[in-house]
Amino acid sequence: MMKRLTLLFSLLMLLTPAYSVDRLLMARTEQAFPEAMLKLQETIKKHGYTVSRVQRVDIGLTQFGYETDKYRVVFFGKAEEIRRMSSEYPQLIPYLPLKIAIFAEEEDTLMVSFSPLQLMETDEPELNSVLENWTADLQAMLADMRNDNE
Amino acid sequence: MRIVLLFGLLAAVLAGCQEGPASADKAAARPDGARLYTQHCAACHGDEGDGGVGVPLNLPDFQYGVSDRFLKETIRHGRPGRVMPAFPTLSDAEVDALVRHLRTWAPGQPLTPTDETIEGDPRRGKALYDKHCVSCHGAQGEGGEGTGVTFSRPRDLPIIAPALNNSGFLAAASDKLIKAALMNGREGTPMPSFRKQGLSEQQIDDIVSYVRSFEQQPDPTAVGSADDEPLTISRESPHSVEETVAAVKRAAVGRNFRIIRTQTLEDGFFPEAEQNPDQVIVHFCNFDFLNRALAIDPRVGLFLPCRVTVAKHEGKVEVTAINPKRLAYLFNNAELNRLCEEMAQTYNAIIDEATF
Ligand code: HEC
Ligand code: HEC
Repeated sequence: MMKRLTLLFSLLMLLTPAYSVDRLLMARTEQAFPEAMLKLQETIKKHGYTVSRVQRVDIGLTQFGYETDKYRVVFFGKAEEIRRMSSEYPQLIPYLPLKIAIFAEEEDTLMVSFSPLQLMETDEPELNSVLENWTADLQAMLADMRNDNE
Repeated sequence: MRIVLLFGLLAAVLAGCQEGPASADKAAARPDGARLYTQHCAACHGDEGDGGVGVPLNLPDFQYGVSDRFLKETIRHGRPGRVMPAFPTLSDAEVDALVRHLRTWAPGQPLTPTDETIEGDPRRGKALYDKHCVSCHGAQGEGGEGTGVTFSRPRDLPIIAPALNNSGFLAAASDKLIKAALMNGREGTPMPSFRKQGLSEQQIDDIVSYVRSFEQQPDPTAVGSADDEPLTISRESPHSVEETVAAVKRAAVGRNFRIIRTQTLEDGFFPEAEQNPDQVIVHFCNFDFLNRALAIDPRVGLFLPCRVTVAKHEGKVEVTAINPKRLAYLFNNAELNRLCEEMAQTYNAIIDEATF
């Protein structure tokens, strides 16, 4: 029930003007980085997406006084959808595949993603509905990652 | 289209209501502050208000030094250009629930709100500000470098001083609140009590009226509007995909970047032989740049390492990158403006050279 209300709420959010829509989607989990990394990849798969790559961002970070080298970007998508969308809407390519940055902050782990709603265009209902689906899925994944949704 | 989707959802929700209308009623009657906090605030301020990208919210001196009105206004306005987003779409009941949740961390009597103006001399206040405050809050009150708490980033202070010239702060804070911060300081943070440092109450009033006078200046932390900037930087290449990729790499290396990886967009989705060879991503990196960016805002790693894409579409080869000038806006972080400007110049130069 709660889930559906949340879903409805996020849908309602989509109907409000763009300026009030979250541009960045964020979540914190109390899980340590290695566990959170595993759980994130499982969560992405659970929502029907393929993890295409895990990119390190941290090469040499500790050298610069950064206390953590625990920083990755996880790329994912649905193979056929990525192929179709990138050929029909090449303007999306620089923003594809979808991704979530994940990094440690003390004992916790933070996740950040870009809301695809920002790529919506007027008079492109098909494009926009895919972007809405992606955003809803990203939000659901991050909700799964938050502590209370264990 | 969206309407159809909404109706579908409404139908689904209504169907779901049969499962347990009682719990739905309760949820509607009193929003759950803890849940709202987890959803909207915890990523930055920590699950228990210990801080992170945001400042701590659970310290007694902070809790007693600010009114509920300040908290509500801060949630509504955010801190434009200083990372903290505005939450204009939360209902009043939800904002109230959030404030109740914040107050569970330090039960006690908070500051009572007042619109009373504190009379001081802003000129004398400026001299005192320049002497006592600039080192932490910046010459124009723009706040310290970076934001929040030093957990994972190299910083000068354990808690970065907030921006005082920020329109969101000035809209939320009464003179009395600013005075309380100066009189008492915030124990457990670098913010000292200036009473204990020997300033007189009159001098503190002078500083308060100087801080208030920031309202008259244009908000220097404003990040502008995303509408002014296109989403991507893009140019057509006269060369083949392969030649263009080679030219992008040369141009990046020539600007002191290291090539991290070259791959097709479909890498990881299809077996190598089936991948579209006409969509190629080049990742490159400059460690100094990467580290400066992450120190300001750890979230920008989402767009790092740097990336340029070469793709052939309907016979044309296009070279594209995200437009970094959108990022300062996306992250609501004015400190990223300069870096994003630099990054935009780099991308433009690389793309120009590669498509020459
Ligand atoms: C050593 C560094 C330091 C100095 C010096 C300092 N501050 Fe602060 N100040 C801070 C920090 C850090 C905070 C945030 C405290 C917190 O998290 O509650 C702060 C908080 C404040 C606040 C509350 C802001 C808010 O958003 O709630 C005000 C107002 C303020 N300072 C004004 C001043 C003025 C005016 C001076 C000079 C007379 C001054 N500070 C000197 C570090 C400093
Ligand atoms: C994206 C990160 C982020 C999110 C999300 C966020 N904040 Fe903040 N918040 C900040 C930062 C950063 C500051 C300090 C601004 C500065 O340094 O000038 C701040 C400041 C504040 C302050 C003022 C603290 C003080 O000392 O005066 C309050 C109150 C606050 N946030 C509450 C909230 C609440 C409640 C939420 C959720 C509804 C929230 N924030 C969501 C980053 C965030």
